[in-house]
Amino acid sequence: MDTLTFLQHYWWLLVSLLGALLVFLLFVQGGQALLYDLGRTAEERNLLVNSLGRKWEFTFTTLVTFGGAFFASFPLFYSTSFGGAVYVWLAILLVFVVQAVAYEYRRKPANVFGEKTFNLFLLVNGILGPLLLGTAVSTLFTGAPFTVDRLNLANLGEGGAAVISQWATPWHGLDAVANPHNLLLGVAVALLAMTLACEYFLNNVADAVLCERACRRLRLVGPLFAGCFVVWLGWLLCIDGAAVDSATGVVSLEPHKYLHNLLRMPAVAAVLLGGAVLVLWSIGRGWCGRRDAVWYGGAGTILAVTGLLLTAGWGDTAYYPSLVDLQSSLTIRNSSSSRFTLTVMSWVSLLIPFVAAYIWYAWRAINRTPISREELRGGGHQY
Amino acid sequence: MISDYLHTVDWSRAQFALTAIYHWLFVPLTLGLGFLVALMETRYVRTGDPFWKRTTKFWMRLFGINFAIGVATGLILEFEFGTNWSNYSHFVGDIFGAPLAIEGIMAFFLESTFIAVMFFGWEKVSKGFHLAATWLTAIGANLSAVWILVANAWMQHPAGCTFNLDTVRNEMTSFADVALSPVAVNKFFHTVTSSYVLAALFVVGVSAWYLLRRREERMARASIATASLFGLLFALLTALTGDTSGAVVARVQPMKLAAMEGLYQGEEGAPLTLFGVLRPEEQRRAGGDPFHFSVAIPKMLSVMSFRDPDAYVPGIRDLVEGNAERGILSTAEKIGRGRRAVGELARYRAALEAGDRATQEAVRAEFDPATPEGRHFLREYFAYFGYGYLDDPEQVVPCVPVLFYSFRVMVGAGMLFILVLALVWWFNRRGSLGRQRWLLRVAIACVPLAYFASQAGWALAEMGRQPWAIQELMPVDVAASKIPSGLVSVTFFLFLALFTALLAAELSILFRQIQLGPDGPNVPADPDSGSDSGPNGGPNGGPNGPNVPSGPAGTSADGSAGSPGAPTGPGAPAAPTGSAAPGTPAGAVTPENPDQKR
Repeated sequence: MDTLTFLQHYWWLLVSLLGALLVFLLFVQGGQALLYDLGRTAEERNLLVNSLGRKWEFTFTTLVTFGGAFFASFPLFYSTSFGGAVYVWLAILLVFVVQAVAYEYRRKPANVFGEKTFNLFLLVNGILGPLLLGTAVSTLFTGAPFTVDRLNLANLGEGGAAVISQWATPWHGLDAVANPHNLLLGVAVALLAMTLACEYFLNNVADAVLCERACRRLRLVGPLFAGCFVVWLGWLLCIDGAAVDSATGVVSLEPHKYLHNLLRMPAVAAVLLGGAVLVLWSIGRGWCGRRDAVWYGGAGTILAVTGLLLTAGWGDTAYYPSLVDLQSSLTIRNSSSSRFTLTVMSWVSLLIPFVAAYIWYAWRAINRTPISREELRGGGHQY
Repeated sequence: MISDYLHTVDWSRAQFALTAIYHWLFVPLTLGLGFLVALMETRYVRTGDPFWKRTTKFWMRLFGINFAIGVATGLILEFEFGTNWSNYSHFVGDIFGAPLAIEGIMAFFLESTFIAVMFFGWEKVSKGFHLAATWLTAIGANLSAVWILVANAWMQHPAGCTFNLDTVRNEMTSFADVALSPVAVNKFFHTVTSSYVLAALFVVGVSAWYLLRRREERMARASIATASLFGLLFALLTALTGDTSGAVVARVQPMKLAAMEGLYQGEEGAPLTLFGVLRPEEQRRAGGDPFHFSVAIPKMLSVMSFRDPDAYVPGIRDLVEGNAERGILSTAEKIGRGRRAVGELARYRAALEAGDRATQEAVRAEFDPATPEGRHFLREYFAYFGYGYLDDPEQVVPCVPVLFYSFRVMVGAGMLFILVLALVWWFNRRGSLGRQRWLLRVAIACVPLAYFASQAGWALAEMGRQPWAIQELMPVDVAASKIPSGLVSVTFFLFLALFTALLAAELSILFRQIQLGPDGPNVPADPDSGSDSGPNGGPNGGPNGPNVPSGPAGTSADGSAGSPGAPTGPGAPAAPTGSAAPGTPAGAVTPENPDQKR
């Protein structure tokens, strides 16, 4: 493996890890989706929001960093997917924008729109955020209708003739939402977010009533998630995938490509399966009301999603297949940044363990004591 | 439909400008207020005086309100590079993406991790850890500015890169050249120092409001003492970095300099126009004096641009029509060279399709920086690549009035801020600021003016870059995505409505928190909490109702001696004189309690 190939695989791993971390942190959205389901009174909702509110910025930051890392390491994906599936990405952005202000503003005096409106923002973000992100991620397997021709830059004509990545349909991402397989993963991610949120509340909220409700809700959304994910994964293992010839770069369809990937990369398969088992274990722990469920759920989610994304990009696979021109499909080889840029960023990536360490330290410092009604009544900064 | 009248690129520009303008309404305050809050908390930790804790928490609360909406608008900006500027993302993603990724890894996580400790850690972590978290939040915000400004500077002056024919994009060759280019260094220092001035003026303005109403006088004077000195120092540095920025612009973006000076004909010993009124565009183009009237300092533009009173500064017409005597190529010539470079790409494409290996090799040799032939082509032709897409030499002239007036608003306001901050600092130091009511009013007026000046600075920087997305390499028309203009126009209005609504909420909350003062409630108590005190009431909480700051008059939540104007009345922090001005909280707050409304 030459240096550039190694760096491309390394950065796909980092992007996958960031994506996996993002999916875990979507427990914040899951909790928002359950705001009115678990929180029957204003105080209970405040308890839930303040529990989630100490973590919402991690999710937001991870989303931004995930976007930045994808842009830096695989800029052609950025220009193709974001510049093509515009409706989906803009919808994702909008639901995150309203979230960002909702925490800080919801109960502030003179907030113009009232607490219920900002709670609604949280609810919308909680449901649509994971749903749309899951739908968008699923297109890494189902593909999208685009063409890529870098030498379009040589066209001097008007009307976007020089645009490199072009969408072949006028739907600009709406077609992705209409695909049932994409939607199924979106629903699975939304249910996973709710499952993790219930586990997080069990860990972080010191309130018997809310914990009891979270436990009961987890007994519904946990198995539902597992069912949706198993169906989606089973479908994934049966479909054709876009394989790339490592020598020529030619892309062709290969039956059961993703199944083959897992068989050819047993370490990735182990990570995926290990993650899935841990998530199931966490659901079991949460079912019994154990506080530690979220740690198993978090670790399992990160492992499973990392394994899934590695399956999409490693193993000579086109991670973003084109549905209209197979040779336009994006692979980690044809869409990555240059060796120099990947090297520079790889040096920067050495900071990641340090970043993870201080996040862990700060997280522990704030979450050492679960949040309680007494804490809310005691003053201090609140959402 | 209105979208029929505009092209996708126009809407994309409008949308990006809209997002950037809204984003920049919030960012400068975050950059500067973070450090001011950290300085105040440092004072608290060093002295142990609860007064400083109370003061810190008040400004921190305003910081949080401002921070949230800045985060929201920033997210959209990052992704708009992909959604609206797809070609741009490919053409320069190899260089531009890296600073964004580094920003996420180095800055955003630092900021988002420690801001939670800053707001929620007062009772959970040690004083030292909390102080460190406050400083790290401020540092994180400013580190974020480093990287985004490096990326922006690269668009103004693409350095440290070369074109790769295989990937048809620019690729980074020197990270140091990208990160430490003179444009990046100046842009960073000028932007952050001016942001610190804005934040200082915000603190001074809000404090001046308290002094005018004789409320929270101790906090106001202490805040002014810190902020005015901080602001004065950085206002002087802003002037210094502005001067060096001008010199850099003269070298790398001479058209921007000529446009912002309204300099149509180049000259030696060029004067700096202090102010003037521009004639209509047709008359300016036709030659003669471009101003109805103007006041100028002789030779000053040459001094500021090239540190030489007799230096030649090229004008707009020189840059469009060329000036052989001064070695300036005409834009028509650059368009020709750019078309040659674009044409080579077309020739390469045809050769690829025909399997013509000889032509492929010939074109590859032209783009090869390792050979003298390649270096010549890259320097003499590819350097003007973006010009190849232009139709008319006049397209390289940005909107002169916007640049000319923006520059004067920015510089004029900056000079005024130095004067105001110096006076405020001086009178506050002498203990007579409260009597200078005219100055307090001026200080309040400087707050919106600071925002206006800050926006004017960005209008100058970005409008001055037009028509380029990347200076001389890619015009905005070519950088845009191929998406329907209707889509972009609809989302433009969607963003406009959303951002405006959120801004209205932000301002309303901010003003109310200022009215309520440091002892005002962060949030109202839960009606079903069973607690009989407001959330900030603590042991002093009286039966004030859910939205009422409690505690005895003149006593802060920390038990320290507060100002005579500390919250007293039932339902509101009343002005001690009882003469609540319009909009002041006395008496009026409780009936307008948003919770009661709801």
